[in-house]
Amino acid sequence: MSTRATEDTARGDEAAPVRARGLVKRYDEVLAVDHIDLNVRAGDVYGFLGPNGAGKTTTLRMALGLIMPTEGTVELFGRDPIRQGARALEGVAGFVEAPRFYPYLTGRKNLELLAALDGDGARERIDEVLAVVELAPRAKHKVGGYSHGMRQRLGIAAALLRRPRLLILDEPATGLDPAGMRDMRELIRRLAGEGITVLLSSHQLPEVQELCDRVAIVDHGRVVYEGALADLRRQGGAGYRLRTTDDARAVEIARGQPGVEHAVGGEHGVSFQAQERDVGPLSLALAQGGVGILALTPELATLEDLFFRLTENGGAGANGEGGTNGGAGTKAGEGTKAGEGTKAGEGTKAGEGTKAAIGTNAGMDPDGGVGPNGGAGAPREPAGTETRP
Amino acid sequence: MSTIEASPTPTLVGARTARARRPSTLTAYRWELRKLRSQKRTYLGLVLAVALPVIFVIFQNVHQRHDHGADNIFAPQITQSGLATPVLMLLFLSVFMLPLIAALVAGDIVAAEDGNGTLKTILTRSVNRGQVFAAKALAAMTYAVIAVFLSAAVATAGGVASWGFNQIVTFSDTVVSAPKALLLVFAANACYLIPLLTVTCIGVLLSTATRNSAASVVGTVGFVILLYIVAQIPGLEGIRPYLVTEQFENWHGLLRTPTDWAPILHSLWVCALYAGPALFAAYLVFLRRDVAGG
Repeated sequence: MSTRATEDTARGDEAAPVRARGLVKRYDEVLAVDHIDLNVRAGDVYGFLGPNGAGKTTTLRMALGLIMPTEGTVELFGRDPIRQGARALEGVAGFVEAPRFYPYLTGRKNLELLAALDGDGARERIDEVLAVVELAPRAKHKVGGYSHGMRQRLGIAAALLRRPRLLILDEPATGLDPAGMRDMRELIRRLAGEGITVLLSSHQLPEVQELCDRVAIVDHGRVVYEGALADLRRQGGAGYRLRTTDDARAVEIARGQPGVEHAVGGEHGVSFQAQERDVGPLSLALAQGGVGILALTPELATLEDLFFRLTENGGAGANGEGGTNGGAGTKAGEGTKAGEGTKAGEGTKAGEGTKAAIGTNAGMDPDGGVGPNGGAGAPREPAGTETRP
Repeated sequence: MSTIEASPTPTLVGARTARARRPSTLTAYRWELRKLRSQKRTYLGLVLAVALPVIFVIFQNVHQRHDHGADNIFAPQITQSGLATPVLMLLFLSVFMLPLIAALVAGDIVAAEDGNGTLKTILTRSVNRGQVFAAKALAAMTYAVIAVFLSAAVATAGGVASWGFNQIVTFSDTVVSAPKALLLVFAANACYLIPLLTVTCIGVLLSTATRNSAASVVGTVGFVILLYIVAQIPGLEGIRPYLVTEQFENWHGLLRTPTDWAPILHSLWVCALYAGPALFAAYLVFLRRDVAGG
């Protein structure tokens, strides 16, 4: 092995699987990615979240060297895929958007082609990876006849051919039926268990909550949170759900109670946020107001709640900049014109139930400050972002 | 994937300590040819390259009159020697049909993969962009070479089967023996490849730059037509020797006695002036481009 190769290997072992600094991608007037920093550490199952058109796929494309950043750098195990090309992708596999194959070739032939382009004995692993994704019985069929789910699985198989140390998956569960999604989760969990670092872009928030230990949330091309998922959920503040004899009256009373925030009524009772010390006075006030309490249960904010808080209302200031920039990169929003953004609206709709509780959560981030728009700004270096030794 | 837990547990994660051995450009080239072989549209051009000589031979057999005019010395020789057939076919096909056949693949070879999204699939493997580009350009050229020689072989076989393996008279009115004529026929086709591969390079450039198969194929053919039109414009006679389309007749020098190498050498450097920059520009575009299709 040459000296250079030895140095590369040594450096690759100690360098972070993904390290992006100040990544910018501009398409004419459209700012698709606006100074994104990412830190994926070895062993992470790292969730990369954001509404459609937020810049996730563009960022992943830059990470894989498919598109050139306008500014900034991205390194995979310390190597720059733009400058070093295929050499920077050693130990890296995955797919951006849906995996694509040659429809006129069989699944096996597709893998043989990709194995040939991988070298390093990848061809010998074809049977193994086909077995892992359970496509062996259909391997001799042309990919043109494959279902969406089968193509997704073939995409995983193609990635595994490379024996990756870093797996980049962009919406791997898209289009899968519930059983397929469950199996995909199992597979990702298993791969992570084998020591593969996974960078997972997904819209399936429960899936991310279940699988990922660290997340980055992007909105309008900017990172609005990066760090440990547990920290984010802690920062989300304590929530409570209340069932009463008169929910409407209970909401009215709760809104007038000091320390109680975001009190909203809904199908499943009243939800609100408060510190524990403020819950006692509220229950007394409800009793005095003639409202009987049927149930009072604490609720930790879900990733979905937090996601909408951070990405709706343009409310989140990126990296502790106080939320003033919640609308930063508004041009990125124009990027949604290109076809990505129509579903962003759907995401907004889905979050309407939590909308009342977002954006003004002063208690959400003690370090990040609260912007004038009420958005909770995550800190530039939140608890979870310090570099591991 | 419902029984993932039950499946054996192979080691999926690498334990590499040394840098992996990367595949060669030759490997990428072989797979480009394999992909071409697997696509139906590849055969469209080859069918044309085979069918036209076959139709020509059949027509000449059925149609007993061979008064093709005196402007072409090989036309009256059709029934005298089967070796006149490939020469005539090269005369006819070289003008438009063979450039079209070459353009069908050259214009498609990068753009189709971009459109299908498979370009990003192969560019995230262990081959560099330069290797992928070289493999694609070589595959497009290989296809053009195969089309030319396939057409020549079919025309020769058909001609010889119909009218015998006999001597022919060349452009300089000299008689050439059948074996030598056969050699000259294939040498003429090889010379014709010089401008045809130039057209292929233009096709690859358009395919890389436009990312649109149809536009690239039409653009390549349009380029050839444009040069024919330019050649006809009064006052522009001075640039005619420097047009690629004028080089389509470079092989005529081989069918003269003594052999006239001047048009062949001229076509070499003229075509290099077109092909070199086109290929280099395509290479740069391919290296620098954003791959976001599919």
